[in-house]
Parts: sequence; structure tokens; C-alpha cells
Amino acid sequence: MHEPVIPAADPQAAPAVEAAGIHKRFGNTRALRGVDLSLQPGRCLGLVGRNGAGKSTLVSILSGLYPPDAGEVRLDGHQAPSLGDITAWRGRIATVFQHSMVVPGLTVAENVFLGRQPRRRGGVVDWGRMREQTRKVMADWGFDVNADTACGNLTVEQRQVVEITRALAAGTRCLLLDEPTAALERGAAQRLFESIRQLQAQGVAILYISHHLEEVFEICTDVAVLRDGEMVLTAPLAEVTKDDLVTAMVGQENLSTERSVAPAAAPSSRQPTVVPASDAGRDLVVDGVTYASPGVFLGNVSLTVRGGERVGVTGLRGSGATTLARIVAGAATIDVGQIRLGDYVLRPGDRAGTLRAGIGYIPEDRQADGFVPLLGAAENISMTITERIARFGFIAPKRREARAAPLARRLSLVSAGLGQPVRELSGGNQQKVTVARALASDPVLIVAITPTRGVDVASKELLLAELDRITTETGASLLLASDELDDLVICDRVVVFVRGEIFTEFTEPPFDREALIAATEGLGAT
Amino acid sequence: MSDTKNNLTALAADVEAALARRRSRSAAAISWIREAALLPVLAVLLVVGAILNSHFLTVSNIVTGIGQQSSALGVVVVGESLILLIGGMDLSLESTFGLAPMLAAWLIVPVASFGDGLLLNPYLGIAILLAVGAAVGLVNGLLIVRGRLNGFIVTLAMTILLAGIQEGIVKGQAPFNLPTAFGYLGSAQLGAVPVSLIVAAVIFVLTGLFLRYHRLGRAIYAVGGNREAARAAGIKVNQVRIGVYVAGSVLAAIGGLMEAGRVSSVTPTQGYGEGIIFPVFAAAVIGGVSLQGGRGNMVGAASGVILLGVVQNILTLENAPNYWIDAIDGGVILFALILARVIGGEASAE
Repeated sequence: MHEPVIPAADPQAAPAVEAAGIHKRFGNTRALRGVDLSLQPGRCLGLVGRNGAGKSTLVSILSGLYPPDAGEVRLDGHQAPSLGDITAWRGRIATVFQHSMVVPGLTVAENVFLGRQPRRRGGVVDWGRMREQTRKVMADWGFDVNADTACGNLTVEQRQVVEITRALAAGTRCLLLDEPTAALERGAAQRLFESIRQLQAQGVAILYISHHLEEVFEICTDVAVLRDGEMVLTAPLAEVTKDDLVTAMVGQENLSTERSVAPAAAPSSRQPTVVPASDAGRDLVVDGVTYASPGVFLGNVSLTVRGGERVGVTGLRGSGATTLARIVAGAATIDVGQIRLGDYVLRPGDRAGTLRAGIGYIPEDRQADGFVPLLGAAENISMTITERIARFGFIAPKRREARAAPLARRLSLVSAGLGQPVRELSGGNQQKVTVARALASDPVLIVAITPTRGVDVASKELLLAELDRITTETGASLLLASDELDDLVICDRVVVFVRGEIFTEFTEPPFDREALIAATEGLGAT
Repeated sequence: MSDTKNNLTALAADVEAALARRRSRSAAAISWIREAALLPVLAVLLVVGAILNSHFLTVSNIVTGIGQQSSALGVVVVGESLILLIGGMDLSLESTFGLAPMLAAWLIVPVASFGDGLLLNPYLGIAILLAVGAAVGLVNGLLIVRGRLNGFIVTLAMTILLAGIQEGIVKGQAPFNLPTAFGYLGSAQLGAVPVSLIVAAVIFVLTGLFLRYHRLGRAIYAVGGNREAARAAGIKVNQVRIGVYVAGSVLAAIGGLMEAGRVSSVTPTQGYGEGIIFPVFAAAVIGGVSLQGGRGNMVGAASGVILLGVVQNILTLENAPNYWIDAIDGGVILFALILARVIGGEASAE
């Protein structure tokens, strides 16, 4: 299993990227411990690992953002440029980060030539040549984005194309893609994969970082697994199975325990009998809701979630599934319609009101809505219940921690004490804080939007298993909006949205993956 | 066999927990050091002051020269810090600092002392002063939060509007002969200690405790630290923000009352004309209150006020040339900012 040999496409060519014995330490944390990595031109290397395994650190070092404590990075067979020499780095390796690095106010051409615009004599920008070259590079590599459009008007997918074009225009033949599909809907992701294959065929080296093993299997030629800062597996993809990868990511000795903590979010454990008819007093009733905003539209949607029932809503980006969940949580207003939880008529857009009515909310974008980065884990977790834990309005920090600790334990939150600011936690642990915050209020209904996005495989299973267990134990209902089918397994029923309307419904778990995907595309109504 | 394994697991968990406790203790120590970052600067200033002037380190100079002079400013700094903490800013606090006492004094004192002759009861005057503060804060808050106008422009316009009213109602005169009750807060002494200093200290301590332990105080940090996350957690973000604008303006009005008592009149230039918003922002920022919101505390804000007060005091004692005093002042503040940044790094959210 420890075969650090990657068969080169062309044994003569120097590797596009070669890292040897990379060590990196942050305070007490040893983020990377002697990592070796080699990427040949024309290959696509998938880099996988759990949150906190060291992927981001390695990406930062390979992009020239941090220096390694020890070890060497070689690009195209040459020693890596010095750390401050951004231009030299960018000429050899270009990183497309999760967060878009295009300037929205500038045109595509300006973004492609950002900082190195072609000039006429006297330093005046040569607009004609800039547009011309942008078109040429796009055409050469089979992309199709208008050079004159302002980047603010582009889709996420097109912005990525702009970023990739920028790298190619600068002559870079090595791309580092950091979770490029995180914000893409399925069709766009497929088009991206197509582009990646084309680039690869023309000799571009690609380092592909992803949480989705299916994607890695789909487009990568090789795979490298990081665990706790060490490269535990490097192999051509043809030689490994998905189970091998999961084992490598989690570690042989941990696998059994982690699995038992998360008693398989498998559909077999689900019995439709959990829906007690007597809980009608806690039914969520969405009644004729209509909502319109740029990009999303909901047309006269009605849906009931019975007390204790777990309902998944899914669909493509813009289908309205996520928006419906936000509306129920009180995070978005509506134009027409009514939402009731038991006897409460919920005031649209009043999050404080829906919280009082008993709705716990796990928002979609944890960075934006999930936590307050400077405040401690305990404080973030207990933020939904300050009214309850305060005495005469005052909250003793001990009391706060006492309330947060059981939830933190339950979700296996890893932190240096519950007072640690959440921004210092890893992405997966930040998500656990966000989930704990929703559970803290002992909700009657949990509204969860893509609760496992950007979370590693083991944490994903744990979070889903906890949502499953808590809803079973407390009889809380669940409205889960997600486009990841893995999330939907814990649901009793899945409702599929297409273009703002309920398209079809799957009532019998286990749900058929193929049928679900087809339904989200608006095909094959059952 | 499985018992042994369970015991081992439990032991490992205990060790992990102990390590985590130790880490969080050392983290607490670090945040304490950050809070105390201005102390060395203060110490140096005290030594410099003592060397330059033998009168500097006397009780009367420290209590009256520095303490009383800084009290009014300090109370406004508390108000501005609250507004900065929610991620806002309020330039008009300096005009509220002038207009609120001006309107009250104008309604209280006789025509001969440039009042309007209504001769209101001084306690009623103080109530009006507080109401003016609350009203200004409410208008600012509503325009910024509900009206979604830019806080900088709203409060800039408000600054000039209020200062204009302040000067307009008295036609440029300065009401004097303030009744004892009205001037008490700014001029009275309890033993050797000025009442204003005591009140300012109490306001700092109470606000500090409120921010640290009260759920609304914590909500202020949450709103300033990540408004959308606070909203998703069910905090009534808009109410908190408007409330903080009101509280900030009321504090500015109280500061204005102190200042009026100290100089025994309300000048048309009190506040805006003196440009006090500059030292107010400087003290807050030197003290580690972030302009981005969500970060800073009252210990820091108080150190910022004291530091500026000491600098002012040294300049006064040394008879710094009048024409140059602003330049020196600005330079010192710039220096203190850089120093605070270098030593302090980032202040905590406690």
C-alpha cells in the first residue's frame, strides 16, 4: 500500500511539481511531517484526506504562500522560486482556490491579464491586444467565455474558467484546483471535468483536491492520501478501490471505532413507522408559498412535514429546494403563502421568531452564517439559548460551557478547550459547532442545509448519524436540503424540486441514486 | 481485554482533556498580555512625565489634571466603542456631546446668561439632555439599520446638522451661570476625587461587565463578529444595532454634561468645534477596539483614554508651544497606534 511510485507519462520529462520531505509546524501542531509528492505533466493527481490532514497546508506551500520548515519544492525540475516572488511562482504553478479570485468589476480580459496587461509604448494599456489574446487563449483551450463581459455577471463556473485561463495565458502548465466543484451544480461540474481532461491531454499537470472520492475516481489518474500530516498512500488510481482510500484516510486502527460511533447512516436502520400520527400538533405546514428573487423562484409550493418525520428536499442549484429550507428557518421572506409549525404561524424572515417556535437551523454557508469566528466554541454553541441560560440577563461562562460540553462531546468536537475561538478550528470542527448550535435549543424541527458540505468522510458519517439519532431520540422532525445523495439516506421521504416546483417525491427508502439524479434533472417522473 | 481497552481509552481522553485545559490556560494568559499591551507605553510616559516635570506625579495632577480632564472624553469613548463593536461608526457623537448640554442649558439659564428665558428646572434639563442623546441615536440607528444608509455619511451629515443647531439656538453665545445641580457631575468633588472621574470609572466598569457577562453584551460581540451568523442564531440583530446607537449617543450626552460642568458653561464649539471625535476614535483604536467590529474591550478602551490623557497632561505641564500642540498631539497618537499594533497584535473579544 505504501508505493510512492507514480508511473510517469513521459519518463524523460521532469515532474511539474516535486516535493520532498516537506515539514511544516504551526505552534504545537505538526501540520506536515515529511511529505513527498510528485506530479508529472499530463497527469491528474487527486489529493485527498480528512479535514485537518494537512491538505490546505500543502496547497499553501506548493502555491508559494508559506515556506516549508524543512524539505524542498521543485517545479519543472528547477528549484522553487523564493517565497516573495509571486510572479515566478504563478508562472510555474497556478492555484484556483475555493474562493474566487477574480475582480468582479473588471472584464474577463482584464482579469485574465490582471497585473500584466499588454502595453503600448508609453505604458498605455493595449486593450485591443488584451481582448485579442484572451480570445485566442480561450479558443486554444476550448473555453467559451466572452472577453468583454464583466466578471461580476459570470456564474461560478465561468469564473473558474477565467481563473484557469489566466494561468494558461501566463504560460503556466501546472494547475492546482482546490475543491473546484464545491460551488458547482452537477452539469457545471461535468463540464469542468471535461475541461480538465482536455488540459491533461495537452500535457498540463493537475493537482486536484477534493472531498468527493467519486470525483477523484472520475477524472484523476493518480491519487495521494494525506493523514495527520503524512502521505500514507500514493498510487495510480487503477490500482486502488474506494475502500482502500477510505481506509487510508481514516487509518486502519480508527476505522472500526469511527464506524461504531457513527452506526452506519444506512437506510436499513430507518423504519417508516417512526412517524407517530399523534404528533400532528408539531407538523410543519408550508402552504402555497411563492417567492421570487434573481436566480431563484418558488411557485405556490405546499409541503407538510409531520411531527417526527425526516424529509429531504433536493434539486439542482436554483431549483428552490435550498430556498424553501431557508424560508422555513426564517432566513428568507416570502411573497405569498403561510408557514405553520404546530399552532404557530411563523412570521416570514423572522429568525428569532422561528427559533422561539422551536426551529433549529443549520445554514448552508457556515463561513457566512454558521459561527462568529472570534468567539469561543461554547459561546457559539450556546448562542441560540442565551435567554435560557442567563440569570437576570447575565451568563456565567461556566454555565455556558456546562451547556455546550455535552453537545461538543456528542459531536466529537476537537478543540483546545471550549473557549477556543472558532476561527482557529478546522473546517470540519467549525461545521460541528454550527450543528451543535442548532441542536442546543432542543428544536422541534431541525432545518439543515447541506450539513456535511466540505466535511471529511468520517465527520460526515458522524454528523449524519447524530442527526439521525437526535431526531429519533427527541422525536424532532427534520427538513434536510441537500444535493448530496449521501445526506439524504437519513430521510424517510425525499422531495425533488425542479425549477421552483415540487417535481416528484420518493417515499420508500432506500432511495435509488439513479432515479433521484434523473428526477433532479426533471426526467422520468415516477 | 475489552475492559483494559476501555480503561486505556478513558485514560487517553483524560490526558487529552488535561492537555487541552493547559492549552486554554496559556491562551488565557496570552489574551491577558494583549490586554495589558499598553501598560509598558504608559509606564514609559509616566517616567518621561516625571523627569520633565516634578509636579507630574502628584496626586492632585493625576486625579484632577489627568482624571477629570479625561472623564468626559472617556465616557464618549465608551459610547463609540460600543458602536465600533457592532461594526458601525458614529461621527456625530461629538455633536451630541455639544448639542445635548447646549439645548438643556439654553432652556435652564436666564436670558441674561444667554438662555431662552424658559428657566426650566435643572433636573428636567438633565432629562432633556438624556432625551436628546437618545433621540439622536435613534434617528441615526433607524437611518443606518432600517434605512440601510451608509453609517459614515449619515453620521457625518448628522454631525454638521447638530453642530449647526447647537450654534444656531444660542446665536453663537455661550450660556453660563449653570445651576449647581446641572454642573454637579462635572465640577463637584468627593474629598479629593472629582465626581466625574468616579462616574466615568463606574461607567467603564459596568459597561465592561455588561459586555463580558450580559447576554446583550455578548450579542454585541456576535453581531459585530458576524452579523449573519448572529441572525441565524436567532439574535435580533437590528434591534441590537439600533439599541447600541441609542446607548452610544446617550453616553455622549452624559459626557457633554460633564464637560459643561467642568468649564461652567456650554460653548458653541463644545464637541464639534473642538473636534473631539478624533481623540475619541484614537483612544478606542489605540485601546484595541477594532474598526471592523466584534473585537475590543473596556480595559483596552480605558487604557487608550488614559494614554491620551497623560500625553495631553504632559504637553500642558510643559507649556508646549500653542501653535505646535496639534502637530505634537497627532504625532503622538500615530506613534501610539503603531506601538499598540506592534505590541498588542489583536485584542480579544472578551
